[in-house]
Amino acid sequence: MLLEMRGIEIEGQSEDTWFPIIKGMDLTLRRGEVLGLIGESGAGKSTMGLAAMGFARDGCRITAGSIVFDGMDLRAMPESQRRKLRGVRIAYVAQSAAASFNPAHRLIDQCIETAMFYGVASASEARQSTVDLFRRLHLPDPENIGERYPHQVSGGQLQRVMTAMAMACSPDLIVFDEPTTALDVTTQIEVLASIKEVVRELHKAAIYITHDLAVVAQMADRIMVLRYGEVVEEAPTRQMLSDPQEAYTKSLWAVRSLRKDEDTSGDKVLSIRNVTAAYGGGVRVLHDVTVEVPRGRTVAVVGESGSGKSTLARVITGLLPPISGTVEFDGQRLPPALAQRPKSLLRKVQMIYQMPDPALNPKRRIGDMLGRAVSYHLGLSGKARDKRISELLEMIELDDSYRERLPMELSGGQKQRVCIARALAVEPDLVICDEVTSALDQIVAEEILKLLLRLQRDLGVTYLYITHDIATVKAIADEIVVMHQGKVVESGPKSEVLSPPHPAYTELLLSSVPEMDPDWLDNVLAERARGGAGAAAVEGDR
Amino acid sequence: MFELLPGNFARAVLGQSATPEIVENFNRRAGLDRPFFERFGVWLWGVVQGDFGISYSSLTASSTGDQDRTVASMILPRLENTLFLAAAVAIVAVPLSLGLGLLAALYRGSIFDRVVNAATLTSISFPEFFIGYILMLFFAVQLPWFYATSMIESTTTFWDHLERIGLPLICLVLVIVAHMMRMTRAAIINLLASPFIEMARLKGMPPSRVIWHHALPNAWAPIATVVGLNLAYLVVGVVVVEVVFAYPGIGRLMVDAVVSRDVPVVQGCAIIFAAVYVLLNLSADIIGIVTNPRLLHPR
Repeated sequence: MLLEMRGIEIEGQSEDTWFPIIKGMDLTLRRGEVLGLIGESGAGKSTMGLAAMGFARDGCRITAGSIVFDGMDLRAMPESQRRKLRGVRIAYVAQSAAASFNPAHRLIDQCIETAMFYGVASASEARQSTVDLFRRLHLPDPENIGERYPHQVSGGQLQRVMTAMAMACSPDLIVFDEPTTALDVTTQIEVLASIKEVVRELHKAAIYITHDLAVVAQMADRIMVLRYGEVVEEAPTRQMLSDPQEAYTKSLWAVRSLRKDEDTSGDKVLSIRNVTAAYGGGVRVLHDVTVEVPRGRTVAVVGESGSGKSTLARVITGLLPPISGTVEFDGQRLPPALAQRPKSLLRKVQMIYQMPDPALNPKRRIGDMLGRAVSYHLGLSGKARDKRISELLEMIELDDSYRERLPMELSGGQKQRVCIARALAVEPDLVICDEVTSALDQIVAEEILKLLLRLQRDLGVTYLYITHDIATVKAIADEIVVMHQGKVVESGPKSEVLSPPHPAYTELLLSSVPEMDPDWLDNVLAERARGGAGAAAVEGDR
Repeated sequence: MFELLPGNFARAVLGQSATPEIVENFNRRAGLDRPFFERFGVWLWGVVQGDFGISYSSLTASSTGDQDRTVASMILPRLENTLFLAAAVAIVAVPLSLGLGLLAALYRGSIFDRVVNAATLTSISFPEFFIGYILMLFFAVQLPWFYATSMIESTTTFWDHLERIGLPLICLVLVIVAHMMRMTRAAIINLLASPFIEMARLKGMPPSRVIWHHALPNAWAPIATVVGLNLAYLVVGVVVVEVVFAYPGIGRLMVDAVVSRDVPVVQGCAIIFAAVYVLLNLSADIIGIVTNPRLLHPR
């Protein structure tokens, strides 16, 4: 047994009171075993992962339990002893490599820092073994990539460099904390493959933390499901996937099953024709984009970061006047810039953003926010305004008492509901949803999607739904537009776009979405090695 | 701006009894009969060529041309004194405040942190003339450790000079340390919340190395800005302290020149102040760029 954690209790501080985060948890890990920790945000996954290193974040404290690593009790030893284990025998890979590398130092220096500091190896040895790891992790130009600064390397590459950094001292245990969450799917698959290969070949034990079931299915030998700081269920991966016991686990598994029947009828409410756009006259972010949106339906615009999907939303709303091309709304050509559009037109196109927090004024009550939109665009006041606010709150399934609350008194999902209500308050024809569920947990996201679908049925509103998540697209779209590098790669009804034959990029995108099958990653990689459609494109992205 | 003030140099110098002819004669010699914009243009052209003009005070109606004192000859020795004091203060205050700021960040929430914070806040809350007189009372009058005033002659030696500026130095250090120290502390603490700091700790690095090697290299830009501002203050805003300690610096020269409406001297001082300000801020920006790999090593 490499790691044995018993009866762990961890508390977090909020203002002056301590509240429990981990409520008595056990965790054991054998050498060479990969344990998946899964759960929603706030379940205590990261806290538990860090506790495996004897570490508690500022504002947290480990109050009870024992952490025995390779026969040594981490809680019983002084901090200076624990420090000597960290980085050398237990290493950590963080979620956002871009934020977790020090911007002021070269990558290679950061990779060999621990080895140098504790005299594990000489500088040249450490460099050489790091370069070997870079090579193993399939980083381009392994000899020289370490000479770069973090901002000079792409996100997917950085995540692999961080894995190399964690392995630099050849630790016995590595804690991976959501290492691919911030990456695009086509990049994620590469990083997953590299990590899996290295962990297997070097026979490392690992704790793999994620909220993504399909990812953990690829990586872990055993899965632990966490909720509210407690273990819900624990089982070997295949057994857990095929036969979950607890209701909560089943609900997590079921999230991916939301489906909507496709319907592409309806006249065109929005036509975007041959739009080309750029920021500040610089590099063009949209090239000759044409999209048609039928009334009362959902058109999903899907693509990875940098594909131009959010820029498209800015063109439609008038925030970014295009260089060429037109936007027609209800058969009427829209003035390119926001300032030229009459108030009546502004009302008809509303927007919901990815992050509800910056979109809601923290100083204003929910009722005031909704009321402001109502009186500005619909001219309601007094009783009529009050009545409309009540209707809106009912529509988003919130109690009428919420009108007196401030945004900070709401959960993430409730805040997003308020954003939806505010967009719908003025009876728009078209709502642009920009990654509205990306910042939410799966179960909450599913509820938001259900709400959006119900509102569409009841009110006949049209959605232009921007997302990078294929599962969401499958769930709610009538039509799909696939974007890549500012161009429309493919568009059409959902059934057509999702079924073969695909253009190369769509194929790559779809095949990169992890599936719940534990053999999925190996199969896809084997397929691509045989020269499947996406292989060339993947090589190109490296 | 000077045009808006009542009175002019001729009236101020020649006194109430001067006849209109004398005043006019003086005005002609000084070029004051010309329109404002022309005078300003001529002066600006001179400055570009390194000629700051001639002080009005040497242009009294009776004097002859070869006794004219140039503005440069009046400003230079004063500027030297001011820069001497500023440099001495900077050499003490900058390392002191950076050191205190780093230690306060390292031991934040501790007794040390609280004492340093309270002390610097107290010193920044008092006006500098008050600190100056208090220092004078205790360390020059009651305990004769320092000179009460800082008279500097052209014959004063370097060490003597240093000894005489003891009190103004302490006074200025007290005034500027708080700002720089608190900024250093805030910049470091702000960085300590970054994921890369947590990463460094998880790589097994001890707190001192986390601060020195991981936080500080990313904090230079804000620290340089506030240091630059405070050093500029040592040249530009030091006039009150100069007056309190009777130190012959450029701030006092400017105040005297304003009182006597000696416009060329005022303009000369203003140019120097502006140049110092711009130069120091520029250096702060350059430090900000040089210490930022994102700007130094583009993608």
